Amino acid sequence: MSSNKKYWKSVEELNENNSFMIEALKHKEFVEEIPVDEFLGDKDTLESSSTTRRDFLKYVGFSTAAATLAACEGPVIKSIPYVVQPEQIIPGVANYYATTIANGYDFASILVKTREGRPIKIENNSLATSNNGANARIHASVLDLYDSNRITGHKKKGEDSSWTELNNDIVQKLSELKDSSKTIVLLTQTFASPSTSKLISEFATKYNNVRHVVYDAISESPAVEAFENKYGERGLANYDFSQASIIVSVGADFLGDWQGGGFDAGYAKGRVPKHGKMSRHIQFESNMSLSGAKADKRVPLTPTQQKVVLAKLYSKIVGSAVSGILPAHIEQAVDKAASELIKAGSNGVVVTGIQDVNAQSVVLGINEKLSSKAFDPSTIIKTRLGNDKAVTKLVADMKSGTIGAIIMSGVNPMYTLPNASDFAQGLKNVDLSVAFSMKEDETSSLTDYIAATPHYLESWGDTELTKGQFGLIQPAIRPLFDTKQFQDALLLWNGSNATYHDYIKRNWEENILNGSSWNQALHDGIFVGNGSNSESIEDTVEDLERTTLNINAAARNLASATSNGFELTLYPKTGMGDGQQANNPWLQEFPDPLTRATWDNYLTMSEADAKELGLFLEESTFFTEARHDADGGLNGKYANITVNGVTIKVPVMVQPGQSKGSVGLSFGYGRTLGLKTEMQTGVNAYPLYTNFNTVQNITIEATSGKHKFACIQLHNTLMGRGDIIHETTLEIFNSEDHRKWNPMPQVSKDHKMIDVTSPGANLWNEFDSSIGHHFNLSIDLNACTGCGACVIACHAENNVPVVGKEEMRKSRDMHWLRIDRYYSSEDTFINDDEKKDDSKGLGNTLIAFAELENPSANPQVAFQPIMCQHCNHAPCETVCPVAATSHGRQGQNHMAYNRCVGTRYCANNCPYKVRRFNWFLYNGNDEFDFHMNDDLGRMVINPDVVVRSRGVMEKCSLCIQMTQKTILDAKRDGREVRPNEFLTACSAACNSGAMMFGDINNKKDDIVALKDDDRAYHLLESVGTKPNVVYQTIVRNTKEA
Amino acid sequence: MKKSYQSFGDNSINDMRQVTYRNLTTRLLFLGLLFLLTFSTSLFSQDADPVKGKALFNVNCAACHSLDKKITGPPLRGVEAKLSDEQGLDRDWIYAWVRNSPAVLKSGDTYANKIFEEFNGTAMTPMPQLSDEDIDNILAYTATEKVIPPTPDLGTIGATQSVEGGISNEIILGALAILFMLLAIGLYLVNKTLRRFAVAHAVEIPVVEKSTPLWQAFVKNQFLLLVTAIFFLLTSGYFAFGYMMQIGVDQGYQPVQPIHFSHKIHAGDNKIDCKYCHSSARVSKTSGIPSLNVCMNCHKSIYEYNGETTAEYNKEFYDSEIKKLYAAVGWDDDEQQYTGETQPVKWTRIHNLPDFVYYNHSQHVTVAGLECQICHGPVEEMEEVYQYSPLTMNWCLECHKKTNIKTEGNAYYTKIHEELSKKYDLDKFTVRDNGGLECGKCHY
Repeated sequence: MSSNKKYWKSVEELNENNSFMIEALKHKEFVEEIPVDEFLGDKDTLESSSTTRRDFLKYVGFSTAAATLAACEGPVIKSIPYVVQPEQIIPGVANYYATTIANGYDFASILVKTREGRPIKIENNSLATSNNGANARIHASVLDLYDSNRITGHKKKGEDSSWTELNNDIVQKLSELKDSSKTIVLLTQTFASPSTSKLISEFATKYNNVRHVVYDAISESPAVEAFENKYGERGLANYDFSQASIIVSVGADFLGDWQGGGFDAGYAKGRVPKHGKMSRHIQFESNMSLSGAKADKRVPLTPTQQKVVLAKLYSKIVGSAVSGILPAHIEQAVDKAASELIKAGSNGVVVTGIQDVNAQSVVLGINEKLSSKAFDPSTIIKTRLGNDKAVTKLVADMKSGTIGAIIMSGVNPMYTLPNASDFAQGLKNVDLSVAFSMKEDETSSLTDYIAATPHYLESWGDTELTKGQFGLIQPAIRPLFDTKQFQDALLLWNGSNATYHDYIKRNWEENILNGSSWNQALHDGIFVGNGSNSESIEDTVEDLERTTLNINAAARNLASATSNGFELTLYPKTGMGDGQQANNPWLQEFPDPLTRATWDNYLTMSEADAKELGLFLEESTFFTEARHDADGGLNGKYANITVNGVTIKVPVMVQPGQSKGSVGLSFGYGRTLGLKTEMQTGVNAYPLYTNFNTVQNITIEATSGKHKFACIQLHNTLMGRGDIIHETTLEIFNSEDHRKWNPMPQVSKDHKMIDVTSPGANLWNEFDSSIGHHFNLSIDLNACTGCGACVIACHAENNVPVVGKEEMRKSRDMHWLRIDRYYSSEDTFINDDEKKDDSKGLGNTLIAFAELENPSANPQVAFQPIMCQHCNHAPCETVCPVAATSHGRQGQNHMAYNRCVGTRYCANNCPYKVRRFNWFLYNGNDEFDFHMNDDLGRMVINPDVVVRSRGVMEKCSLCIQMTQKTILDAKRDGREVRPNEFLTACSAACNSGAMMFGDINNKKDDIVALKDDDRAYHLLESVGTKPNVVYQTIVRNTKEA
Repeated sequence: MKKSYQSFGDNSINDMRQVTYRNLTTRLLFLGLLFLLTFSTSLFSQDADPVKGKALFNVNCAACHSLDKKITGPPLRGVEAKLSDEQGLDRDWIYAWVRNSPAVLKSGDTYANKIFEEFNGTAMTPMPQLSDEDIDNILAYTATEKVIPPTPDLGTIGATQSVEGGISNEIILGALAILFMLLAIGLYLVNKTLRRFAVAHAVEIPVVEKSTPLWQAFVKNQFLLLVTAIFFLLTSGYFAFGYMMQIGVDQGYQPVQPIHFSHKIHAGDNKIDCKYCHSSARVSKTSGIPSLNVCMNCHKSIYEYNGETTAEYNKEFYDSEIKKLYAAVGWDDDEQQYTGETQPVKWTRIHNLPDFVYYNHSQHVTVAGLECQICHGPVEEMEEVYQYSPLTMNWCLECHKKTNIKTEGNAYYTKIHEELSKKYDLDKFTVRDNGGLECGKCHY
């Protein structure tokens, strides 16, 4: 039933006439033959060459001999032990420290793995009850510590300076300003830190006229305002999606970074069918987002329509009539969603991402009316407290010259402000400007002083991410450079000699711990207490008018929203967030879960619009204007987009599922200062972020040029074999036998059909894995949200090299773990077409419905993490001429790099395309100027995993270094391995519980049940490779209640 | 080497048993102070036994007191006489001080307080367990005259070395060479004389007809040539292979280290457990080069070498190496305190496994319970450490093939071992049976 569905990865796969490139890409690594004739065909050139054949052979002989001789003498290696070894550090043994990341955009309780005092990896803190899931960016944040572009000391007007000099100057200036009429402004990120708030209020008391402006680069200000209006406290309502049986989202990418993110774990819990039940998710949105990709029903519409939808939902649930016109099919969808919500009552929940106080108030109203169990206004989220109005006012005040000093920390307004030029002018009118920054970036390079700040892994701090959930930040390494923390500086300026550590400790012991142990809290990294209400001077400036209006009026306002022309929705990309980590090569190379493009941002556009505007590159064999180059690299056209008079040139990418009439562009790219040349990618979308509104009216104009994307969506395809994704609906799942919806492929033996897994169908001798450990990895496609935390965790754990945009484009990515994204629509495409034909004449509704079902207009999406499947009958093993890849009894397919001679036969024979070839030496090579070519960047390397060299094949090892470590620990303790003790980097990083790893010979491990689950299937079962990675069939809750 | 205990035993400093008591520093200090304040020799009890006293001293006092050098506490040689002469304090005072120094201090005793101040308020641990007789014995030991360590008999050592070395062999060979030369000259002379006689007596010497020279015959014989060529090629191939296989194998690698650390003295003569210094071998993948603070556990009080010496490695040499340690760790031996100026030691690493090999010491040392010597050889006999084993993969595997896993008493193995022995009828369970030959177990 389900396997009739066709899955596709790119729009041109749908075009049956024009599939040259696709077929070619499926079957060949390169579409064109290698042009041997070009350099060997011309006899004259060859003969005139100065290097004769004899010379050539001489060179070869000489270099071989030289290399051999050079290899004879081993290098002298020095070992330098500690003079006084710290008590806790044992060389070769990892230490873990609990800390919290709070960089203004990402907030989470984490564990830091350190080796010999170097932080090398971020793990989830399982003790934390909230914000305990690190996303891809947080996993990558450890590399920011070793960023070679960090400033190594303080600067004064661009010159190297010292803290003493800086401090003296600043203190003098501040004391002058203290008695003047000018204001001292602290412009900071959201710290969500009780101690910092206390410090700042002390600072305000000391220096009078102090204003604290909290600024989030990507603002949730309207939601904060709506919440404050209703509940009287600045913050955001918390949601627990595991409590909801129906989730309706209007433009909220709550699996992404919506309201700080971190909702995916709860969501995934409700999405795994248990006792025949799972939650239902309806998504109304413009851009294709992670949440839309997971939705059971996704309705693409423009941002303006979103507002109307929300208003109508409100009117239907709460009961206050609103006007507003919607296309019939959307109207219908809204009706159904509303009736489903009403039916579900307190099991329903509505969320929205519309940056509008009205919309946010309406959502609070709906959830209150539903008395939704998933909606929790009491545990307030405190990680997005930025105040747009205060920021706007600040810029105006700076320009008018009433600001005496501005001290910034954790912000980069020159990059992130839409009116950055105003800010720059304002800076000139300010007597004292100080930026606490790790970089000489867009903002700090314009300030009088740059105070070099430590990375969060070198700092002390505390957090209160949600009300009552306290966290501590502790350093995991000594500061690498001459740095000063913002809070330490405040302490100095407040006239205290205490360190920030002492200050936090005292504050916690007095106000937070309630007699509990500080050491325990520090050990755990978290403390659950009563919510703090520490006085804060965050600019709640009274004279800023506050919108107070009743919700009915809000709904009416929403319903009246109209728009003409294209609407742009700005969004943060999963890999890049607000752009503060733009110099992180892991994140740059992280493929976007949806477009699978790396090293770039782009204007996402529906196919229909692209064709209309002449921005669609047709398939062609002439490579100048084609969608793909000979090497398979994706191309795009450029468009000039204009918002409020600001025009920028962006590449266009056709995004299936993008609502017609809307386009999307991501934040976080286009940085120019404080980062390596390679990382200066994409365009800056912040100048379009007028009035901190993510939705803007936009005009689009095609322009010349061809953009080269590094998009890996068509790379390493599964050779056109179907049967990759199994999916079914909840109805069928509940009513039918699993052999119907999750069929086992059959083969004919002696004219009888038998299961491909039955012993009779086996071509090979079985490995005996019945004794000892036998590892399996289960991946639940229902729970996987495509967030990519596993991808970065794998990078960090296994020293996977970064190859750069050019190499990515050539399909030479080194990701051991990739998350394939498949699009599909109802049934097959041929059926689709028929359906479309049939629907003609049946009225507008059906036509619209048919349009909606046009595969590329609104596809269903499936994410599938793919790594080495560790086949028990591995095709790669049999073709290796040097037996470099071999089978282990524990189920892992081993790869001995030192044995590999680089024939690449294994990669050719792998049906899953998971093997990666080292085309170059990526470490210590300045051609690859990322992080492995400098001493600082190399500090992140995991010493337990070898750094591969040029010319060898590499692939996922199922983290054999981790499984071996677990075994060794058990042996050393003289005990059996505990249930579920085995982990891989990806399974440990998975917040949604989609990846479960374990030993199938240990009956206490969860994996045992998962392996034999009704939903379980192996990838390309029919090939008979018997993988040790098992996938769980997707179940979609499509039935409208 | 055991004899060093006897021959140089009168200086207890060399006795490493004190290591066990290093934590008792303060306790011991008091005892030493007591001795300092002892009475005159006139009160020396006749039946006190300096040999017993030495043993007691080593156990109780040596961590803080030396006989001749001020370390944590004052030097104690002749302490009783000194106290009696200079301070007029008698043996009863010493008894009181050793058994309960805080009480003496509290009583306001002038000298006690003075010495307490002089040593920066470091309190001496009370030792109530010592009887009067014990203290008498210790005092008897401290009253012994300083014995200048016997300078090693260079002649003897030289002779011993020459037997071991090649000198006498060379002489024999030289003599033989001269003998053969004389014989050759003799034969030549005899031949010459005989010819002269023959000419003189007109004896016809038959001229041997020159046949084809051997090499020409050889060249003409194609078959022989071919066989030889093949033989030659095979032989050179064999040796070339042997040579190539040695590349990257550093067996016997013995670099000169920045500090001449003698494992022979530490692990051999003094029998320090390997894992006392290389403690991380128990829990970590690396055995760890000991940090210098580990050295200072003992070398704070062992400031000179009094063991057996040779001409090359004499006392001055070893003492200067200890000085190097002090310089590196920043220890001011005169002031008995750390200066804070450290110079980390750049040791030359001897055992270098390639990056692509994962080796874990704790797996072998703790889990398998192997002796370090199995791979590292007789380190306790090495003056300078060298690489004993080839560290090739073949060498690893040979051991993995034949070594039985130590399963007894390890709950991890119980189930696996049971199942395996049931299934395969194995009574022995080697590393190989547990997958110890799989590539991925060491290469990842």
